[in-house]
Amino acid sequence: MRAAVLDGALIGQFSRVPPRRALPGFGLTMGYTLLCLGLVVLLPLSALFLKTATLTWHQFWQTVTAPRVVASYGLTFGVSLLAATINLFAGTLVAWVLVRYPFPGKRLVDALVDLPFALPTAVAGIALTALYAPTGWIGAPLAELGIKVAFTPLGILVALVFIGLPFVIRTVQPVLQDLDREYEEAAISLGASRWQTIRKVVLPTLAPAILAGYVLALSRAVGEYGSVIFIAGNMPFVSEITPLLIVTKLEQYDYAGATAIAVVMLLLSFVLILAINLLQRWQSRRGQ
Amino acid sequence: MARGHTFVATRANTEPRWMRIVLTVIALGFLAAFLVVPLAAVLVEALRKGWATYLAALVEPDALAAIKLTLLVAGIAVPFNLVFGTAAAWAIAKFEFRGKQLLITLIDLPFSVSPVVAGLVYVLVFGQQGWLGPWLRDHDIKILFAVPGLVLATVFVTFPFVARELISLMQAQGNDEEEAALTLGASGLRTFWHVTLPNIKWALLTGVILCNARAMGEFGAVSVVSGHIRGQTNTMPLHVEILYNEYQFAAAFAVASLLALLALVTLVLKAVVEWLEERGVAAAERAKKVADSSESAARTPVPADARAGQALAVA
Repeated sequence: MRAAVLDGALIGQFSRVPPRRALPGFGLTMGYTLLCLGLVVLLPLSALFLKTATLTWHQFWQTVTAPRVVASYGLTFGVSLLAATINLFAGTLVAWVLVRYPFPGKRLVDALVDLPFALPTAVAGIALTALYAPTGWIGAPLAELGIKVAFTPLGILVALVFIGLPFVIRTVQPVLQDLDREYEEAAISLGASRWQTIRKVVLPTLAPAILAGYVLALSRAVGEYGSVIFIAGNMPFVSEITPLLIVTKLEQYDYAGATAIAVVMLLLSFVLILAINLLQRWQSRRGQ
Repeated sequence: MARGHTFVATRANTEPRWMRIVLTVIALGFLAAFLVVPLAAVLVEALRKGWATYLAALVEPDALAAIKLTLLVAGIAVPFNLVFGTAAAWAIAKFEFRGKQLLITLIDLPFSVSPVVAGLVYVLVFGQQGWLGPWLRDHDIKILFAVPGLVLATVFVTFPFVARELISLMQAQGNDEEEAALTLGASGLRTFWHVTLPNIKWALLTGVILCNARAMGEFGAVSVVSGHIRGQTNTMPLHVEILYNEYQFAAAFAVASLLALLALVTLVLKAVVEWLEERGVAAAERAKKVADSSESAARTPVPADARAGQALAVA
């Protein structure tokens, strides 16, 4: 019933402007698309907001501002921002090396970059935990230096860097490939140094792609669950991420509580991504 | 550079040699530390207690049930998204309508929703306290903590994969070829099958490969709706988690190594598809160039490799 109303509204919204020559199948494919979208995505997501509405404002506020929950927002968003920032610099460097410098085995390395997309997150989680545990290949030497990675927020950072690794590389790579080197040569023939050329000519061209990759890596990191829970240690107030709190509430059959936290998390990441996009628009307007 | 301008590396327009080497080493070192080493760790940990333990962990009944369930769930979710993605791409790329950008954003939505939240929304719809919970209980239909719930959660998280691969490509290709086929009297379905599909087959394949990898490897969303019933609702990633939490590390990594193998196969297939696609595009461009020049000089013979290219582009 609700689906029919929803789809009706959407079909009205997407009413068709007649094309020059009609290909067949618009009604069928559009109807099927809206039906699937409504039933699989929109209708279940709307349940999130309707469930939250069953709480009074006071209950909602108490749930989402409980000290343990607030600590988890700080951790989740703080470590996600840090991981995405690391990927911003490392990803730009890797894209630059992959496009500009020749080295043997490039095709293999290029294919391997997508590994975090293809490797199930649970596998990444236990592999990274085994590596960075105090007895692991990387964890043992670090432990001798007094650095604990696994079962601390630092471990979460490692997992989120892994998960977000391909995003910046894959957004920057095609732009860099299409970048005409004549601009760089023009800058140099006008007397700019190599470093000036990169800073004033190359980086501004890449900036939108870098930022797009950053936003993708960030939004992936904020919601990430599988790879983090193994390595995090999951100590309340210290290394407990927001998605885990949602699962914990669900396991206690506190559906409304879980939903309230999920809504806040969605809103926070929406605001964050909006802010980054606005910042970028403001920056590019100032640059003109 | 293929733009009629030859790029010559000089001291001024590229970095000094030592810097290029340093940057390459840093980049490759970063990739090795974050990609190669974890992959190697999975294999080493899996074989730590020898081949016998490794194989025993894979043929154990709960592991076999998990493998079967994973194949079943992906076997339903991937074809569903293949059909949905193709239909959505056709409607979005081939027609003009208001609200197109909004529709694309809505299709991409599952990418920016946490997998845990994806599972949660289905609990809210189908759970005991959910919208349909009481009705489902009265009619003895199990969705949550059963295969349908796993399939739904998987469809949700993989929803945009195929559509996303196809939409931008089909928009770039335009409608000219389809319109020509229709003018020549082909039916809509025939036009799609013989004109559109050959043009999008590589992107379609890439979408299916990535969709399948995510479908088989999904953890968060599936974990919320599965109920973790051993031998019944545990997919492979969930089975890995249970073994790991029971300190059966060798067995956990043995099942994980199968999933790592799946990831490697995915990467290889994706690279092969990209290579075939590049070859097809290059051959088609060569054929087009030859066709153009033979139009101006009508008697120029068409070289064999260009004809092969044309055939390949058509096939």
